[in-house]
Amino acid sequence: MPYQYRGDIAHADVAFDAWAETLEELFRDAARATMQVMAENLDGIRLTQTVEVKLTQEDEEMLLFDFLNELIFYKDAKRLLLIPAELTISRSDSGVELRGTLQGEEIDPARHEMSTDVKAVTMLRYAVRKTSEGWHATVVLDV
Amino acid sequence: MNVPAALKRITDQVWELPVSYKEGMLVPARIFASEKLIREMDAGVFEQVSNVATLPGIQRYAYCMPDGHWGYGFPIGGVAAMDPGSGVISPGGIGFDINCGMRLVLTNLTAEQVLPKLHQLVDRLFARIPTGVGCHGFVKLKPDDFRSLVQQGSRWCLKNGFATQHDLEMTEEEGCFSGADASHVSDKAVERGYNQLGTLGSGNHYCEVQVVKPENVMDAELAAAFGLTTVPNQVVVMFHCGSRGFGHQVATDYLKLFLSVMGRKYGIKIVDRELACAPFQSPEGQAYFSAMKCAVNMAFANRQVILHRIREVFSDMFHASPDELGLRMVYDVAHNTAKLERHEINGTRKELLVHRKGSTRAFGPGAAGLPSCYAKTGQPVIIGGSMETGSYLLAGMQTGADAFFTTAHGSGRTMSRHEAKKTFRGDKLQREMEARGIYVRTDSFGGLAEEAGPAYKNIDEVVEATELAGLSKRVARLVPIGNIKG
Repeated sequence: MPYQYRGDIAHADVAFDAWAETLEELFRDAARATMQVMAENLDGIRLTQTVEVKLTQEDEEMLLFDFLNELIFYKDAKRLLLIPAELTISRSDSGVELRGTLQGEEIDPARHEMSTDVKAVTMLRYAVRKTSEGWHATVVLDV
Repeated sequence: MNVPAALKRITDQVWELPVSYKEGMLVPARIFASEKLIREMDAGVFEQVSNVATLPGIQRYAYCMPDGHWGYGFPIGGVAAMDPGSGVISPGGIGFDINCGMRLVLTNLTAEQVLPKLHQLVDRLFARIPTGVGCHGFVKLKPDDFRSLVQQGSRWCLKNGFATQHDLEMTEEEGCFSGADASHVSDKAVERGYNQLGTLGSGNHYCEVQVVKPENVMDAELAAAFGLTTVPNQVVVMFHCGSRGFGHQVATDYLKLFLSVMGRKYGIKIVDRELACAPFQSPEGQAYFSAMKCAVNMAFANRQVILHRIREVFSDMFHASPDELGLRMVYDVAHNTAKLERHEINGTRKELLVHRKGSTRAFGPGAAGLPSCYAKTGQPVIIGGSMETGSYLLAGMQTGADAFFTTAHGSGRTMSRHEAKKTFRGDKLQREMEARGIYVRTDSFGGLAEEAGPAYKNIDEVVEATELAGLSKRVARLVPIGNIKG
């Protein structure tokens, strides 16, 4: 599994590590780890709605912070369970830019096995770093 | 055992990490706990409470309550009072769920009257109070109306037929923090929250039907003053929820803003990014204080419209008006806030910015700001236990002055959610609880497993520690019979 939940940080919250060869894969996996806290079976989400997303930040770490918060925002504002379809991340002089599409559908309690609401991405132990094997993220979600 | 060697025992219930424990500590850190609770405390509590002690402007001590556990920024159960002139305000000292809090409501029904209809009652509460991930509320508002609501809190509910004047009087700050200015909240925060008014949420948020058994009344005089024990085996309703997506977005917005200005503009260095802060007397600090008050008011209004719906359900079920059923509030307490209050420091009364993160204000008898009916008793304090193990009503004590009149807020977790989910099965837990006389409805068996009783500290030990430390006094233990959770 490209992400793994941890029980050794912040007992009241949910922590996970994600690893990937590319930044796009890391963002996709971290998004899935975040959404799976709320919806237990991501494969049960029908991809009937598409949301375009464009975010810019000064570095990869804050870009992932914004990206995960975007997913949490759509869950509250539109009741949408979204997972990344296509993502492109590019670096320029002004920072790092993410463009992509998210796909999913509105929460349907009859079909989706829902679990615990995610309120926010916290800064506790939060880290995104490049290693010799690729990218690694540690995220603690407030639930 | 995680207890640092530097931890000193001050009294049976008070423990201290001296300023020498960590570089940058400005005051010592104090933890209220019995010896057993301190030995079981998360390592994160010692790390985080000592981090809080490094924040600019902190007064007297950084505190942690007996239910303290590992959170982010402050420990959950953390308390810090800042000098409003030289100190900071920190979203990590308040939490993402701003004004997450508890409300306790009386009925004049007995357990004998309610038990035959319990399943129907809990099912109806579950159907009528939206719960679970991303739920939308039953009060339909436009974004502009919502901006008005968050400036008024419970007053908006009174104007719109969701509250009584008595409800407002029985709510901390009468259900509205003054100075809330919606121009300081983002469109995103409004968009995330305007359709969530009247929702419970998930996680440890719940609405519980409880019984006051005569043998569980510890202080008959205070119990009577709070309206408990008017009938034998009296049924009461307790619920726990907060400011929902609106408050979460306000906290996220300002956490990001503070991270960007804290070092660059104000030269503040912190030991943990989750303690991001700004000088209280700065444009950013004041904007957050005002936006936070909007989220506080949203939470008061959220609990108020949920109370309205509880009244409708009971009225419908028992064919009597809410007044006839005695559906009166005992009190509404806030957990995650920062407030300007006057406290004594070195013999002088002084205005302080008191951060309470997962802790409860607990004013003693005679304190300004309490309803007149509680002037002699002290403030009612509502402490919710796990769904399996019961809850407590307590009262604030005069001896709580040292900790800025603050006490615990719940049991406090001992097991991570991840571990609890691996250890317990929600459907099995639901059946076992029903066999023990607690009927639970939930949107999520996974979420239910996370809230299993053994994942929490022993509530009896936690409240006993608050009483022995002089923070709050036990009035009655409340036994659950029905529960809805997200």
